[in-house]
Amino acid sequence: MTQLSPALGRSAVRLAAPAWFQKYGVYTAVLVLLAFNAAFTEHFLTVANLRTQLVQVAPVVIVALGMALVIGTEGVDLSVGSTMALATALLPLYLGYGLIPALLVALVAGVVVGAVNGTLVAVVGLQPIVATLALFVGGRGLALVMADGQLKQIVNPDLLALGSGEVLGVPVVVLTAGVLALAVAGLVHRTTFGRQLVAVGGNRAAAGLAGLPVKRVLIGVYVLCGVLAALAGVLATARLTASDPSALGNLMELSAITAVVVGGTPLTGGSVRVLGTVTGALLMQLLRATLVKHDLPDSTAQIAQAAIILVAVYVARERRSR
Amino acid sequence: MAPPEAAVAAPHPDADGAAPPTVLEAVGVGKRFAGVVALDDVSLTLRRGEIHALVGENGAGKSTLIKVLTGVHRPDTGELRLGGQPVSFARPHEAQQAGVSTIYQEVNLVPMMSVARNIFLGREPKNRLRLIDFPRMHREAAELLAGFGVTADVRRPLNTLGVGTQQMVALARAVSVRARVVVMDEPTSALEPREVETLFRVIEELHSRDIAILYVSHRMDELYRICDRVTVLRDGRLVHTGPLAELDRMQLVSMMLGREVAEVRRHGVTGFGAEHDAAREPVLTAENLSRRHLLDEVSLELRPGEVLGLGGLLGSGRTETAKALVGALPLDSGTVSVAGRPLRRPSPAAAIRAGVSLLSEDRKAEGIVPGLSVRENIVLAAMPRLSRAGVVSRKQQDRIVEVFMKRLRIKAAGPEQKVEELSGGNQQKVLLARWLCLEPKVLLLDEPTRGIDVGAKAEVQALIDELAQEGLAVLLISSDVEELVEGADRLVVLRGGAVAGELAGDLVSEPELLDMLAAHTPEPAAETPHTAPHTDKEQE
Amino acid sequence: MKSLTTPRPLSAALRSTTASPSPATGQERITSLLQRHGALAVLVAVVLVSSLVFPSFGTLDNAQNIAVQASFIAVVALGMTLVIITGGIDLSVGSVFALGGVLAAWASQYGLWAALLLPLAVCGAIGTLNGLLIARAGMAPFIVTLATLLGARGLLLALTHEGATTYLVPRGSAFAELGQGTVGGFGYPVLIALVLFAAGGVALQRTSFGQSLFAVGGSSDAATLMGLPVARTRILVYLLSGLLAGFAGALNAARLSSGVTILGVGMELDAIAAVVIGGTLLTGGAGSVSGTLWGVLLLAVIQNLINQIGSLNSSYQSVVSGGFLIVVVVAQRYLARARRT
Repeated sequence: MTQLSPALGRSAVRLAAPAWFQKYGVYTAVLVLLAFNAAFTEHFLTVANLRTQLVQVAPVVIVALGMALVIGTEGVDLSVGSTMALATALLPLYLGYGLIPALLVALVAGVVVGAVNGTLVAVVGLQPIVATLALFVGGRGLALVMADGQLKQIVNPDLLALGSGEVLGVPVVVLTAGVLALAVAGLVHRTTFGRQLVAVGGNRAAAGLAGLPVKRVLIGVYVLCGVLAALAGVLATARLTASDPSALGNLMELSAITAVVVGGTPLTGGSVRVLGTVTGALLMQLLRATLVKHDLPDSTAQIAQAAIILVAVYVARERRSR
Repeated sequence: MAPPEAAVAAPHPDADGAAPPTVLEAVGVGKRFAGVVALDDVSLTLRRGEIHALVGENGAGKSTLIKVLTGVHRPDTGELRLGGQPVSFARPHEAQQAGVSTIYQEVNLVPMMSVARNIFLGREPKNRLRLIDFPRMHREAAELLAGFGVTADVRRPLNTLGVGTQQMVALARAVSVRARVVVMDEPTSALEPREVETLFRVIEELHSRDIAILYVSHRMDELYRICDRVTVLRDGRLVHTGPLAELDRMQLVSMMLGREVAEVRRHGVTGFGAEHDAAREPVLTAENLSRRHLLDEVSLELRPGEVLGLGGLLGSGRTETAKALVGALPLDSGTVSVAGRPLRRPSPAAAIRAGVSLLSEDRKAEGIVPGLSVRENIVLAAMPRLSRAGVVSRKQQDRIVEVFMKRLRIKAAGPEQKVEELSGGNQQKVLLARWLCLEPKVLLLDEPTRGIDVGAKAEVQALIDELAQEGLAVLLISSDVEELVEGADRLVVLRGGAVAGELAGDLVSEPELLDMLAAHTPEPAAETPHTAPHTDKEQE
Repeated sequence: MKSLTTPRPLSAALRSTTASPSPATGQERITSLLQRHGALAVLVAVVLVSSLVFPSFGTLDNAQNIAVQASFIAVVALGMTLVIITGGIDLSVGSVFALGGVLAAWASQYGLWAALLLPLAVCGAIGTLNGLLIARAGMAPFIVTLATLLGARGLLLALTHEGATTYLVPRGSAFAELGQGTVGGFGYPVLIALVLFAAGGVALQRTSFGQSLFAVGGSSDAATLMGLPVARTRILVYLLSGLLAGFAGALNAARLSSGVTILGVGMELDAIAAVVIGGTLLTGGAGSVSGTLWGVLLLAVIQNLINQIGSLNSSYQSVVSGGFLIVVVVAQRYLARARRT
C-alpha cells in the first residue's frame, strides 16, 4: 500500500469507522439483537420461534434478493408487490392443470413485468422509479381484475405442501429462500452476467465502452427481479392457503428496499451484497419480533425501522462522498 | 445602450506609460487538492477595460485560477484584491455581487427556462403586488440582448436556441449585474464561426464600457485578434505575463507547452526508442468521418507496426476522432473499416470484436469501475472469453491477470485490491491491461500518460514502443509535444475538427508540429498575425 | 445509451442562429402543446364522450361528486408537483395525509383552530425533516421520504393505540362544517383546493421562489453558480409538501367526521401519477400546477366512469391509470427527444 498518498491514507483512517459500520453493522446488529433476546426475552431462542421468524421472513428475502440486483445497477423496482399480487391471482386460475403449469404461468407473469420494466429503463431510458411506478399502479389492478377482486381459498394439496411442507425438518419456504440466496450470490460473484451487472451499476459509461451489453444486462436484471417477486408471491399464497390479490405483497417494495439498504448495498449501484441483504431482512424481522414480544406495539417497530433506514443511508453517504 | 460598433478597436498599447488602474488582482495564489498542487504562487493583474488572455494546456491550472477568482474555490495561500482592497469570496454569489461575473465553457444556465427568466433569475423585476412583472422583464431582456446586437424571442426556452445565442444570454446575465470583470472560460469552444463574430462584437461592446475581461481560449486566432495582454500558466505556475503583441504565435505555443524553440533538438527524455517498420496495408481505415460541429471529413489510415500520432490543441477533435473510430460517437457520415471490412452498425462491442480497442481519455468517468478489484477491471472486456457457459473461470482470469500485472508492473497490494485505491499511473496500467488482454489489432490511446507520475509515464511509453514492434497498430493522442514527436512514426494534425496536415519521416519534429499547431484556421476572414483590427461587414 | 457517449455542449441543436430568431415551427409548437396540455385535452375528450354515452355522468350531481372526491388528492398532488419540479420526490405524503387526519380529528375537540394548526405543525415538522436530510445531509429524496413514510405511519399508529381508536369530529362543529358544508352545491374542500391551486400557480409562475424551483430542478449546479439559495429552496419545498399533505388529511377528516387510520396507503404514488400525467417532468425543471389539476381530475373521472359502468370491476381503475402513466411518460420521453433533434 506504499503508493497510497498520505492524504488518501489519512482520509481512509478518518472514514474507517463508518466504512466498517456499513460493512459489518447489519451483522453486528443482528447478533446484538439475538444476544439481547437470549438474555431478556423468554422463549425467544427456541427452535419453534426461530422457525416462525424464518418462515415469516422468507418471502421478503426472496423479493429483496431481486431488489438487490436491481439496486446494484443503480435502479429500483417499485412493482414487486404488484407482481406478487399478479402471481397469486393467476395461481387459482391454472391450478386445475396441476401445480407445475400454474407455477409456470405465475413465473411467466413475473418475466413479463420484468421485461416491461427493463425495456422502459434500458431502451426508452426512463428513470427506474417512474418506469416501475406504472406497473406498481396497474399491476395490482390487473391482478384484482383477473381474480374478480375476490379472495380464493387454495385447496390444491401440492401448492399447500409448498407452504407447510418440510424437508429434513426445514420448512420448504425457508429452504427455497436459502437456496435462492446461494444461487443469487453465485450469480453475482461467479457468472459473467453478475459481474457485468455490477460493472454496469458501477460505471455505465465505462461498461459501454468496454463493449458490455448494457441494455441486455439491465433488462435481464429486471426480469430476474420480476421472477423472484412472482415466486415469492406463490410461496406466500401457499403459506396463507388463500389467494388474496388485494392484500398480498402490499408495501413489499418498501420492505425489500429496506432490507437491501440496511444490508449495506449502496443505492448508487456498483455493488450487490447478498448476505447483507438476507441479514438486513432478518434484522427487520427480528426487530419487529423483539418489540412485539416485549409488548411494544407495531407503531414503535415502524418508527424504529424508519430510524434504522436513515442511519444506514446516512452512513453509506459518508463513505461515498469524497 | 449603444448599438455595437461595426469596427473593432485595436488592442490597447498599454504595456507602458499610463496603464489603466487595476480592477481585480490575484497575488501569490496557491491551491492544493488532496495534496496535489494545482496552483503555485500565481499572480494575475486585470486592468480596467483590458482583454486579458489566460492560456495553458490541460492541467496548467487555468480553471483552478478562474474558480479562485470567481469564488468557487478559496485560495490556500495568497489573496485576491478587488480595486486594491483584499477580498474573499465564499460563494460564487458573493463574487457576482462584487462585480465579478463568469461565463462558462458549457453554458451554465437553466436549459428549460426561458431566455428572460434566465437573465433575471434571482432578481426578477416585480410589480406593485410583489409579483414578477413579466412584460417588463421581457422588455428589459430584449433590450439587453439588442444592446449586444442579438434579437431573439426572450420568451422561448433557452434550449431551443443555438449554443451561440445561449452564450449571449449568459453574457447578458453576467453583464446586467453591473459587472466590472467578466471571466470567459473558452466561450467559443462550442460556437460556429458566425456566432463567434457576434460574441466578439459583444466583447467589443463590453470593452468600450471599460469592463475588464479575462479570456480563456486555446484558439490562437481569437487571442491575437482580441486580447491585449496574456498570462501563460504551465503546471500550476506562472510562466509569463505581458502584452500579447510582443510574442509571436510560435513563442506563445512553446511557452504553453514548455519547449524552448531553440532547444527542440534535445533528445531522449521519453521512453520511446527507434522508429518502427510499418506494413504497407492499413489495418484500420477511416474515411470522411463527420459529425456536426465536432468532426469534419476526418480520414486516416493506421498500419500494423506503426505508431500514428494524432496532434492538435484542445478541442481540435482528437478525442472525438478516437471515439468515432470505435463507434462510441454517432456519426453523420463516414465509414471505419478494419482489415478492409467496414464496420456496420458501429458500437464499442463491434469494434472490440473487430480488434479495435480505445483507452479513453477520462480515466475516472469512462475507464475504471471504481468499486471493482484490479482483477475484475482487467478482465472486464474479456470476461465472455474467459468464461464457460456464462460462469467465469477464476483460474483463467488469475492467469491472465498475473501475466499482465507482471508485464505492466502494476503495483497493487494484489489482484483483489480495489482499483480506486491505486495511483493514477497504476490505474492507467490496469486499463491498458484490460485492452491488451483482448489481443487487439489496433489500439487507440487517448492521452495515455496524462496525470501519471514520471516513472509510470516512461514505462507506458516504452510499452507503446514494444507493442508497435510486435505488430500492433497504435494511435497515440497526446497534448505532450515531446511524447507525440518521439513516440509517433507519423503525425496527423487536427484543427477545428478537420485534418490540418500530416507529417511523416524527418518532418515529425517539434518545430514542424508547433508550426502546424500555431497556424491559422483557414477561414474566409483570415487576418495577418498581430493585427487585430478587422472589419466586420456582417450586418444581420 | 447513446446519450452517454455524446458530448454534452452540442446536444442542443443549433437550429436557430444567433441573430435570426426563427419562430417556433408548427411541429415544435404541437409537441410543446401536447406536453403542456395533453392531460387537459384527454380530460375534455373523455368528459365529452362520457356525457354522451352515460346519461348519469353529465349531471351536476355527478360533477359535484367527482370534484369532492378529487379535492383531497389534488391538494396532496399540488405539494408533490412543487417537489417534483425541483427534481425531488416525496413518498411520505400518504402517511402524512393519514397522520394529519388523525391529529385533526383528535384536536377537533379543542375547536377549529386546534384541529387545523396541530396537523399543520406536526406535518410541517416532518416535511422540514425531509428537507433538512435531503438538502443539508445530501441524502437521496427517495430513501429519506421512504423512511419518513414509515415513521409517520408509526406515529399515527402510536397515536391511535395501534389503530384501535378512531377519533371522532364533534358533530356540528365548525371543523366538521369545513369538510361537509357546501357553496353552490360544491363542498368547501373543492373551493379550498381551487384556492390553493390558484395560489400555487401564482407562487410558481409569478414569484422568485417559484422561479428558483424551476432553476433548482432544471440544473442545480447552474442555480448554485447563479447565486440562488438552493438548499433553502429544497427545504422549503418539502416543508410545503408536508404542510399540504397534512392539511388535505385534516380536511378529509372533517369531511368523514373522523380520523380514519387506514387512509393514505399508496396515495403518494397516485399523487405522483397525477403529477406526471399532468405533464410535469419527473426529472425536474418543468411542470405546472394546472397540469396536475387536470391529471387529478382525469384519474377521478376514470374512477367515476368505471363506477358508472356497473359491470366493471373497480380494479380497472388502477389498470387504466397505470396504462395512462406508461403512455404519458413514454410520450414525454419521445417528445423531449423530438424537440432536441
